[in-house]
Amino acid sequence: MPIDREQLLHVAHLARLELREDEVERLEGQLNDILEAVSKVSELDLSDVPPTSHPLEVVNVWGDDEPQACLPVEEALANAPEREGDFFKVPPGGAT
Amino acid sequence: MIDTLRLTAEEAKRLLETREISGAELFAAYRAAIDDRDGELHCYLHVCDDPGGDGLPIAVKDVIGTKGIPTTAGSKILEGYVPVYDSTVVEQLKAHGLRILGKTNTDEFAMGSSTENSAFGPSHNPWDPSRVPGGSGGGSAAAVSSGLAPWALGSDTGGSIKQPSALCGNVGLRPTYGTVSRYGIVAFASSLDQVGPVARTVRDCAFLYSIIAGRDECDTTTVELPHPVELPEAGDLRGLRVGVPKELNEAEGIEPGVAAAVQAAIAKLEELGAEVGECSLPRSVEYGMACYYLIAPAEASSNLARYDGVRYGYRADTAERLEMYKRTRDEGFGDEPKRRIMVGTYALSAGYYDAYYGQAQKVRTVIKREHDALFEQFDALVSPTSPTVAFPLGARTADPIAMYLSDLLTIPSCMAGLPGLSVPCGLSEGLPVGLQLVGAQFAENTLFRIGHALEQTIAFDPVPERLR
Repeated sequence: MPIDREQLLHVAHLARLELREDEVERLEGQLNDILEAVSKVSELDLSDVPPTSHPLEVVNVWGDDEPQACLPVEEALANAPEREGDFFKVPPGGAT
Repeated sequence: MIDTLRLTAEEAKRLLETREISGAELFAAYRAAIDDRDGELHCYLHVCDDPGGDGLPIAVKDVIGTKGIPTTAGSKILEGYVPVYDSTVVEQLKAHGLRILGKTNTDEFAMGSSTENSAFGPSHNPWDPSRVPGGSGGGSAAAVSSGLAPWALGSDTGGSIKQPSALCGNVGLRPTYGTVSRYGIVAFASSLDQVGPVARTVRDCAFLYSIIAGRDECDTTTVELPHPVELPEAGDLRGLRVGVPKELNEAEGIEPGVAAAVQAAIAKLEELGAEVGECSLPRSVEYGMACYYLIAPAEASSNLARYDGVRYGYRADTAERLEMYKRTRDEGFGDEPKRRIMVGTYALSAGYYDAYYGQAQKVRTVIKREHDALFEQFDALVSPTSPTVAFPLGARTADPIAMYLSDLLTIPSCMAGLPGLSVPCGLSEGLPVGLQLVGAQFAENTLFRIGHALEQTIAFDPVPERLR
């Protein structure tokens, strides 16, 4: 099923991407080509096949719940685009 | 005079141990080679000063976090990012005295097969600079092939170590999923990503793997190796059974010159005593690409959600927060990550999850079972690594699906979590052809043994003709 412009903009919103108009036009065609190619997986009847989410047979790994040294505040903030005191600073949220 | 084009890591290590050369001289020789040739090839995004010490130099792909050294993953969204901690693999390199020469170029977030998706411009193939070095780890492969590093670390999700190694004439290993820590690595598709070695010989490749392999407390998906890494010794291949999957060797798009070089190498395997038999992976190859291009983008769309302009990396200048997220991500990401985020978000969204992502995970089970069944009969599977030799820059950039097909032959075994080794097996049109050996989980030693025997018999000269 082809993806239309409205759906594409909805997906872009979910992915937090503000696409430019030229990107929307280009992506519409490319996304439909890609989705058509990957839709090939639906040719197979796999109703009785379990999914694989991880290639190794691993079991849960438990750790002791003990506090350990972590990054000092200065290092944690070292790459911050903007900071205020010991906090990451971001622009205010708009009306929702 | 140190000839970085010919020096293997093993020989360099011997020269250091016998004090015929010093660590500083060795590092300086590679730095001089970088100054000399990297202007043309653009293997490196960042070159380091000599950190001191007396070990071997090494190049590290720029998706691998390095404390105090910029790590961009080839993306504008991480331009200027300097990690405040080392990835576990880098800690392991340092524990062995290895010294980082620099960070190598990659397709943005390791998404691509040519390095042309790097936000900082493509790398060039040392055999012919008008051609791509493969990708995503084209910078590491081109650096090793052109004597700008004795060996390097890469990362592989669907072929990013094996394919560039093939296109540049190197040996590259994608290890068994879970054998190498991914702590501190820029994540792309977490059920697939693996770090691995790129080298000029199979023995160097095996040695570097022995340094980075093993369980890491910081990465709970890692496991202990069931047996230690063995450096392969010269010898025959008697007692080994090698399968030739029809679909991987006869796929549409395999160039005749590539098929011929691989056929000749398979004949050599028989001469060396291996038992060679035809076999089949009917659905793995036919459905592998579709499966990969759902699962990898789905996981990428989740992993790349962290690039929001808040804690590190690029931030767009806006007055409102939601707009800041959206414009940061639109301006910071290049076309390919955006395409994959969009495909992945769509495949995971309500109403489409079962048909796309859920179904792809079931196909993954089918692929794994097909491979498992073959390893009841065979110790390794053989095929070309890449359907083609290195292609011209620009040849596939306008058509994402044509680019995706570069990894047609490497993807199936990645989906099954299996190790794969690419070794050079000859030339076609004057460019290297890579042979892919795939083993059962944890069968790296078998791959090294076969690869080494083949390497000794074929005697491929890994130095690009134009640089000899």
